[in-house]
Amino acid sequence: MSARTIVVTSGKGGVGKTTTTANLGATLAKRGRRVVLIDADIGLRNLDLVLGLEKRIVFDLVEVAEGRCQLRQALIKDKRFDSLSILPAAQTREKDAITPEQFAGIVEQAADVSDYVLIDSPAGIETGFRNAVAGANEAIVVTTPEVSAIRDADRVVGKIAAAGKPIRLIVNRLRPEMVRSGDMLSVDDVCDVLSVELLGIVPDDEEVIDTTNRGEPIVLNESNRLRAIYDKVARRLEGELVPFTSFDNQTFFGRLIGAMKAG
Amino acid sequence: MIEFLKRLFGQQGSSATAKERLRLVLMTDHLELAPEMIEAMKRDLVELISRYVEVDRERIEVNFERQDRTLAMLANIPILGVNRPNGNGAVTHEAPKPQPEPVATVAAPPSDSKPPVRKRKRRKKSQRARTQLPSTA
Repeated sequence: MSARTIVVTSGKGGVGKTTTTANLGATLAKRGRRVVLIDADIGLRNLDLVLGLEKRIVFDLVEVAEGRCQLRQALIKDKRFDSLSILPAAQTREKDAITPEQFAGIVEQAADVSDYVLIDSPAGIETGFRNAVAGANEAIVVTTPEVSAIRDADRVVGKIAAAGKPIRLIVNRLRPEMVRSGDMLSVDDVCDVLSVELLGIVPDDEEVIDTTNRGEPIVLNESNRLRAIYDKVARRLEGELVPFTSFDNQTFFGRLIGAMKAG
Repeated sequence: MIEFLKRLFGQQGSSATAKERLRLVLMTDHLELAPEMIEAMKRDLVELISRYVEVDRERIEVNFERQDRTLAMLANIPILGVNRPNGNGAVTHEAPKPQPEPVATVAAPPSDSKPPVRKRKRRKKSQRARTQLPSTA
């Protein structure tokens, strides 16, 4: 087993797990790493759609688990990157169609042919989540600066920490202007409450909706700021010390601008 | 206008409320998630109190309750009798010691942190007065 195996999870749905997995995976692949993305959300697969690979699916995760095909037959190569492939989830099966052992076995196989295996976990804390976590050695918890997302993130952090796996946090969809005006929790607040090491701060960007509509990861868009931001996240993941961009300085002028905008 | 000034002078929007609520709810979540911890706490508590008084171990109740902005632990520990010191005065000597300490630590943070807050508020008022002048004139 050569690769790092990392589960991307959140507890709450809709905070950006799949988008994070897709863009982080694409960024790592751009940096020359061999990356396999596994969609662990059986019955609700979406990673293929977010990456625009939905028409190329032949086999899926459950079929690999059941031995109907080889892993390499089920992996879809993303032609926009040299070294990115995805293993889609099954869409018409139940969540318990696969055992934790089967899933861990597939992750291990994928790890043999890659540098990074990123597992896109389903929302919730049931079977699918447990499988996804059991298959990984590390975890990235994605949250947004909202009370419900943070509370759920705290639950999964507790569960992953109990399994003894290192956890790092991505604060997604931050709106700096709202933080400045005191209407949104800051990254410091979130880290404070969750006490998890920070891996990345990704600001909210409307263009993500547009690029997702087209099935393109946002990091392919050279003019979008998220490209540089995901690059920083990837570098931190690889152990580089990259300073965090400060989005939420509560300076007097920051408040002034925030107050004028709000008022 | 008041909203504008509130924001300008750093009065928090809803984010402060969010943080406060989260802190509390997570504390409760964590306690619910760790019944072993509560059991251990109960055990230690009983052990400590038993050094001074004889307690009814069967009827001890420990509950957690939200009280405004904090979480409170409410322990109901029936006392059956007072433990007499064993002649060497060890118990009576120790007894008053722990008391002043918690009182001091509880009292210290507010008296330390309140004055700066008050000062800031006062400054806010004077600045507000100044900034209001041009707008009304």
